[in-house]
Amino acid sequence: MMGATYTTASSVEDAVAAMAAGARPVAGGTDLVVGARQGKKPLPQALVGIHKIPGLDGIGESDGGLVLGALVTHSALVSHPIVRGRFTGLADASAIVGSHATRANGTIGGNLMNASPAMDTGAPLLCMGATVELAGPGGRRTIGLDELWAGPGQLSASADELLVSVNIPAPSPGTGSAYVRLQYRRQMEIAVVGAAAVVTLGGGAVMDARIAITALAPTIHRVPDAEAALVGGPPDEARVDAAAAAAAAAARPIGDVRASVEYRRAMAVVMARRAIMTAVARASGQDMAIPASDSTYGS
Amino acid sequence: MKYEIILTVNGVAYPVEVDAHASLLHTVRDQVGLTGSKEGCDDSECGACMMLIDGRPVNSCSYLACQADGAEIITVEGLAPGDDLTPLQSAFLAEGGVQCGFCTPGMLISATALLAANPEPTPDEIRVGLSGNLCRCTGYDGIVRAVSKVARG
Repeated sequence: MMGATYTTASSVEDAVAAMAAGARPVAGGTDLVVGARQGKKPLPQALVGIHKIPGLDGIGESDGGLVLGALVTHSALVSHPIVRGRFTGLADASAIVGSHATRANGTIGGNLMNASPAMDTGAPLLCMGATVELAGPGGRRTIGLDELWAGPGQLSASADELLVSVNIPAPSPGTGSAYVRLQYRRQMEIAVVGAAAVVTLGGGAVMDARIAITALAPTIHRVPDAEAALVGGPPDEARVDAAAAAAAAAARPIGDVRASVEYRRAMAVVMARRAIMTAVARASGQDMAIPASDSTYGS
Repeated sequence: MKYEIILTVNGVAYPVEVDAHASLLHTVRDQVGLTGSKEGCDDSECGACMMLIDGRPVNSCSYLACQADGAEIITVEGLAPGDDLTPLQSAFLAEGGVQCGFCTPGMLISATALLAANPEPTPDEIRVGLSGNLCRCTGYDGIVRAVSKVARG
């Protein structure tokens, strides 16, 4: 037996070639290596380090939208003024991933490709209409996040496709976003239940709404009924309650060591309401603290 | 398969030979011979193994040694030269931030990274910044006081 192997990729093409030969990519190691240490899954026999590939760690603006390289860390996202200002729900999420060490090393590409239904960045990015660019042996393709996730830890992408970038379109004027999770502690935590909302206001009415739920189904997904309930009038209590109830009604949670099915269902409506109200407040120009999860209790 | 890599720890280059799966922590402790960084949980919960890699705080138990090839690594031994102490280390001693000492190397690395990113953290920001580091003796108050003391200058 030859034992485990490791190579360092110096380009996307290098990485894809190694992956096509069976290697798994590793960047910050905060899912793959930590998961192995926790005994969830052994480390892959063949690894390719992608952390030194040049040009993948940038946050760029494009027509008012953002292009995030796969190696952008959560720390970089949280401290970026445009992310905080116009893509605030993503800052809410990156601010609470793991610990400060997790955020300094964990990447947006790794977070999305790990396909956990409890990942924090997924719901806000899904609501923002983000797409991902995948590089494979046959070339590159772009797909929506809703097409990327196939189940818990399952991707529609094949094992030899590397996430290269995340593209977030420009938000319409009057848009605010938020991500909120139920957490038993503020750090080193995974969402027990989470929700994201992106709300566009015009003339005091909700013109557009995107609402997604986290850790409540096999994949993070949007809830069209909740979005429809919020759109078409002022974001008053009745409308917000109806939208939150619809979001919770779409939940298909599991029961596990962290929460029962019943508790997750009960908290789904609370998290959805907090996410919607925070997004509405931001859309109206109010300055709400980041991360929203730490400041929305009691609402 | 064995890989020859160079770990630059506290400014000194150490050529070492490692397996693909070797952790940075075990390599620094067993091959480089610097045992200040501790193994607590071995899965990124406790922070006792924390090192700085190119200035970033990293749980070295869960980081591949191969990935640190060529990077600048700082461990607790390298915070100050020789027997000197940094102001932060002195403050930990003065404020009762050290009891058994097992968490102290990781705490110092985390606090150093925190102060580099945010030179004047509030007590709440200090608690958040150190929340990846567990201490079972001090009750944390002495540690938070020590970091506050240095932050206030």
